[in-house]
Amino acid sequence: MNLFKSTVGRKILMAVTGLCLVGFISVHLLGNLSVFAGPDGINAYAEHLHSLGPLVWIFRLIMLGLFAVHITFGVQLYLENKAATPDNYAVQKTLVTTFSAKTMVFTGLIVLAFLLYHLLHFTVQITNPDISAHNIALDAANRLDVFTMVTASFQNAFIAGIYIVAMIALLLHLMHGISSWVQTFGWSSGPSQDKVTAIGKIVAIVYGLAYIAIPLLLLARIVK
Amino acid sequence: MDLTLHVWRQKGPQDKGKLETYQAKDVSPDMSFLEMLDEVNDGLIKSGKDPIAFDHDCREGICGMCSQVINGRPHGKQEKTTVCQLHMRQYNDGDEIFIEPWRAKAFPVQKDLIVDRSALDVIMQAGGYVSCHTGGVDDANAMLIPKPIADYAMDAAECIGCGACIAACPNSSAMLFTGAKVAQLAALPQGKPEAKKRVKAMTEALLEEGFGNCTNHYECEAACPKGISVKFIAKLNREYLKSLLPSSTGV
Repeated sequence: MNLFKSTVGRKILMAVTGLCLVGFISVHLLGNLSVFAGPDGINAYAEHLHSLGPLVWIFRLIMLGLFAVHITFGVQLYLENKAATPDNYAVQKTLVTTFSAKTMVFTGLIVLAFLLYHLLHFTVQITNPDISAHNIALDAANRLDVFTMVTASFQNAFIAGIYIVAMIALLLHLMHGISSWVQTFGWSSGPSQDKVTAIGKIVAIVYGLAYIAIPLLLLARIVK
Repeated sequence: MDLTLHVWRQKGPQDKGKLETYQAKDVSPDMSFLEMLDEVNDGLIKSGKDPIAFDHDCREGICGMCSQVINGRPHGKQEKTTVCQLHMRQYNDGDEIFIEPWRAKAFPVQKDLIVDRSALDVIMQAGGYVSCHTGGVDDANAMLIPKPIADYAMDAAECIGCGACIAACPNSSAMLFTGAKVAQLAALPQGKPEAKKRVKAMTEALLEEGFGNCTNHYECEAACPKGISVKFIAKLNREYLKSLLPSSTGV
């Protein structure tokens, strides 16, 4: 039985791809926070990314691969686990597991749906053409005005709402995911387990709140 | 005390089964949970009814036969306890108690509260043994094993194969059971030579027997009557990763 069929092999693949995706959202978050530095922050950041040329496409392909593996095996394992548990108990109780651990597949699929919307919104820019950076005027330094696109988007309660809900789902997903890989790689040893889980939850909350802060503060016009 | 019991009754493997309600009267707080069921069965037999079928053997907390989920918890509400060691003093007069068999695809119900746990034997047969040592019994301490390693292996070997980990797991995964066996043998010099083959064979058997995959809920550790730690699942994962590395000896 190879890595792609083995129960532990697929668990390790979930952990490795999950960890890479956490790396991605770390960099993405730092990039996003540049919106708080005003047009010069995020517009310069976007311009820099676009200037990477073919590297952008290589990066996108890697991301596609990571997502494909993580989602495929995540859904496959969920279905197998459902099939292994055909009957519920009349009194269904859990002892230590968390809401986030039990809802991984659902929060994951919400994040996937969001990802597709997010790409259409800010990358392909077809959901709100009136405020897309491709259609509005360039900024003072002749760059695509990403800042105006982002602020205009998040001043729309509907769009900001989608982002906030999706980031809550991401937060829940990370609450279980960030610490889980330590166990999966076999690095946890009894006493360290609780600390690892606690650190994972703290990191997840920091990431989640930082991601939620962007649409929320722009929606509330606290940052303009 | 008087109790109301809701017990899973199922005539055989093909029967659909359902919960039935019984009254347990004058239950002594000093009785074990199984003795309380014995008394209820006594009453059922006297009134010409089919007694509740449940598995039990040693009644000393080490055989792992009592496959009962009591009010949603494998082996009832007392931590690190099998059903025979659970005493009625844990309950109060008038309590309602739901008693169900382990529920997992890999553990088909045979009758009432009795499930077939032979899938665990299949996992053991796949690699839960040492086959490289033959001949007479060695002198004690001929093979030196450091105390911490011996303790670690003993902690894993405490597993009684009862299946509470699977009953508690939202995925019906047998990873704690398998992890305990893999870790116990991989830690000891007798088990090391076959460690790579063992971890692959046992985890494959786990899937083939219809158990689910581990997603780190840790319900198993909380439900285990012997307090087997999920660190042994981490050890299994590490052993699996090691088994992927190329070997110079081909073993």
